[in-house]
Amino acid sequence: MNFETVIGLEVHVELKTNTKIFSPAPSHFGAEPNTNIHATDLAYPGVLPVLNKSVVDFGMKAAMALNCQIADVMHFDRKHYYYPDNPKAYQISQEDRPIGEHGWVEIEVDGKKKKIGITRIHLEEDAGKLTHTDKGYSLVDLNRQGTPLIEIVSEPDISSAEEAYAYLEKLKAIIEYTGVSDVRMEEGSLRCDANISIRPRGQKEFGTKTELKNLNSFNYVRRGIIDEVKRQEDVLLAGGVIQQETRRYNEATGKTDLMRIKGGVADYRFISDPDLPEIHIDEDWKARIRAEIPELPDARKERYIKDLGLPAYDAMVLTLTKAMSDFFEATVSAGADAKLASNWLMGEVSAYMNAEQKELGETALTPEGLTSMIKLIQDGTISSKIAKKVFKELIENGGNAEEIVKAKGLVQISDEGALRTMVTEVLEANPQSIVDFKEGKGRALGFLVGQVMKVSKGQANPQLVNKILAEEIAKH
Amino acid sequence: MTILNKTTAELQELLHNKEVSVKELTEASYARIEKTDDDVQAFISLNKEVALNRAEQLDQEPMENRGPLFGLPIGIKDNIVTKGITTTAASRMLEDFVPVYDATIVEKLNAAGMVSVGKLNLDEFAMGSTTETSVFKTTKNPWDLNRVPGGSSGGSAAAVAAGQVPFALGSDTGGSIRQPAAFCGIVGLKPTYGRVSRSGLIALAPSFDQIGPMTRTVEDNALLLQILAGLDAKDSSSSPIEVPNYKAALTGDIKGLKIGVPTEYLGEGVSEEAKTATLEALKVLESLGAIVEEVSLPHSEYALPAYYFITSAEASSVLARYDGVHYGYRSENAKNLDEIYRKSRAEAFGPDVKRRILLGTYTLGAGHYDDVYKKSQRARMLVAQDFQNAFKKYDVLISPAAPTTAMALGAEEADIVTKYMSDILTTPINLAGVPAISVPCGFAEGLPLGLQIIGNHFDEATIYKVAHAFEQATDFHKRTPEVKEEN
Repeated sequence: MNFETVIGLEVHVELKTNTKIFSPAPSHFGAEPNTNIHATDLAYPGVLPVLNKSVVDFGMKAAMALNCQIADVMHFDRKHYYYPDNPKAYQISQEDRPIGEHGWVEIEVDGKKKKIGITRIHLEEDAGKLTHTDKGYSLVDLNRQGTPLIEIVSEPDISSAEEAYAYLEKLKAIIEYTGVSDVRMEEGSLRCDANISIRPRGQKEFGTKTELKNLNSFNYVRRGIIDEVKRQEDVLLAGGVIQQETRRYNEATGKTDLMRIKGGVADYRFISDPDLPEIHIDEDWKARIRAEIPELPDARKERYIKDLGLPAYDAMVLTLTKAMSDFFEATVSAGADAKLASNWLMGEVSAYMNAEQKELGETALTPEGLTSMIKLIQDGTISSKIAKKVFKELIENGGNAEEIVKAKGLVQISDEGALRTMVTEVLEANPQSIVDFKEGKGRALGFLVGQVMKVSKGQANPQLVNKILAEEIAKH
Repeated sequence: MTILNKTTAELQELLHNKEVSVKELTEASYARIEKTDDDVQAFISLNKEVALNRAEQLDQEPMENRGPLFGLPIGIKDNIVTKGITTTAASRMLEDFVPVYDATIVEKLNAAGMVSVGKLNLDEFAMGSTTETSVFKTTKNPWDLNRVPGGSSGGSAAAVAAGQVPFALGSDTGGSIRQPAAFCGIVGLKPTYGRVSRSGLIALAPSFDQIGPMTRTVEDNALLLQILAGLDAKDSSSSPIEVPNYKAALTGDIKGLKIGVPTEYLGEGVSEEAKTATLEALKVLESLGAIVEEVSLPHSEYALPAYYFITSAEASSVLARYDGVHYGYRSENAKNLDEIYRKSRAEAFGPDVKRRILLGTYTLGAGHYDDVYKKSQRARMLVAQDFQNAFKKYDVLISPAAPTTAMALGAEEADIVTKYMSDILTTPINLAGVPAISVPCGFAEGLPLGLQIIGNHFDEATIYKVAHAFEQATDFHKRTPEVKEEN
């Protein structure tokens, strides 16, 4: 039987406001446990939530960037459940009137473009964090309690693991551009759950879906979906039935494991939060936020292709993160050739970042530094071989390529007189190689060039060395 | 007679002339408490050392820094959090709970130089109208120790009536200030929803709760509200509307003022004594030049059920945090997380609290939400509209504050619905969010009766004007109960 996959993703993104959504406590990642907390986060008797308005600004910006319609009036609801990471025993969220609805993003997989719908984006507070010990108790850290989140719920428009991956990458890029979140999965500032079902191709009704959790990287999302789809196919083909259940991706086995079977719909007893008044978002407020949204990745990509003549692939890769894209633009503005800048950023720079596990901003490289190096290569001052040395210096210690070249004496020798002297020396020392060459042994020329490079400490202009060698050998 | 029986103006003059110190006034309050509280049982806890130290400090304050309530003792209902001082909500759940911050109004009282002498008894989590559901003690009505003081602010009303403190704070969700004020023969105001900050008030039903002043006279009440009222950044439901000078409203002149008398509030369930006292009071007001007319609030019959459904729903939500995990009571018999929740709540909540949590949980549950909760919200809107319509025509509305005088202790334990019915005259006011006061308006068999004067949103000033005029024309407020009068 031929199956069709239906996937909807629920993505939680932490907003990087200075303080929490309803309390004055700081909202940063990485503090000592239970230090970023306020009586409000502990749900002490008598405390009241007070909305941090910048959370609305941030959430609205993300919702606008994801093409959502922004609510004129929104409010908060209480979602009740008991758990030690949730001291009020309810989470303040938006059930009835979220900040944004009816959005979309465009993805591209195998050259095919597709719009993925976004059902809604709502504001809510994060819960604390539990650490289970093997000593019979668990530890509660409430630093994260009250961290502002947006939940982005997609339509079930995603049909494959690759599309899910592309959707997440696009979502991450867009949100990162708006600056409202770090969107770092490894720090938990972006989290994703997947709802997955399959149905015989052509069938209208959805199959029973399972919810997949513990997806800690985009790759795990992809692999988890692939495995879960396979599992569902196996079950159906064996004549079985898919249960509505929550499953967990197991990073060690690459399989999904059953967490719990969902018995009906959970009753969260939603109630409009009486402590928080309705928020009216007028056109001025919307316009102010809209004006703050920077150029987004798709627009940049188009511009790089059209105005800078970059290949589509380069434009896509360079715009994946705002940091890379900004760096590229600054490099081009500083006078570098766009394609050469792209080559270096996608090649050596990315390789360095991966090898060292560093963000671009954490390296010493500056757009001016990269530009200066590219110019020296273009005008022949340094060879690409020397450029690698210069690059290492630039990305590790910063500075300007010309200064590095000067200080380390790395300038390419293009003075024909000087080169001719070296060539003459080498030929005199290696008469056999001249004979070999004349007898047609190609390797001999390579050997001679190498000898000249050695004498010049790698600084000889290789094209000129070739030319002069040919001339001098001809004289013998 | 204790020195505290003097009027606020007299006490301020004594303080000003250094004929009495703040410390002496504080000590006088404790002396009166010591003498009477074995009988009345108004206080859950006294913070004597803290209060006396503070009184000594206040005595150093220059005269020009002193406001109208400077140096005077006040009692605080024990559902209002006080930093470093145990705040229990009269529940086993919070028996040992010591707050880390002061309620906004406690900060305001401190800034005004008032001296908090202790925490006053209430129904558990303010759920009740007799103060009998407190797990710690049963407060008695100072007019008859075999009767309840009303509730839930029964400790506050009894303490003021017994002369222990001239001022107290109560909270009112469905009548919890006005009904005990009526039962104990004192003045109690529930301000407009949003007039006084709720930050630090242990919530019962957040869209209803208001803290308000409980005092011997209308003027004292106005002076205390002046301190309490105003916008608070910590409470998003508090209003930015400007706070007027309430004392300036106490002119005694109510000529031409239009009073509506809701016919529904003099009907079934309201005792003859309460009706008679109210009608007599209206005659007094008419004699002062007010125009009195009957008015209908046609949706009144929906108020009580709507009130109980919505407040119970909100209560089930705000009480969910008492789960034995982060603070408060935790069962010693719990062996796992689920048992911590179940046993802590089962052991620490009293039956009335559990009843409302159950009702509220049912109300919000899938399947009942539309039928019960949404319908109740619609009823709430209709009740509020009744008041809006009435206030287009009338300056205030007047009714009895309670259907009867104070009940005997333990009288209504058997019949929960009758108990809830005693809130019939006060709950609609909270549904609408408008302000209302209870002022003494008579006695029946030696027990006080209260007159409820209801005003438009944020128009406490007109309520005070009418209440003050009535008070000055009568002498009910001058009578005090004879709880172990000093020789």
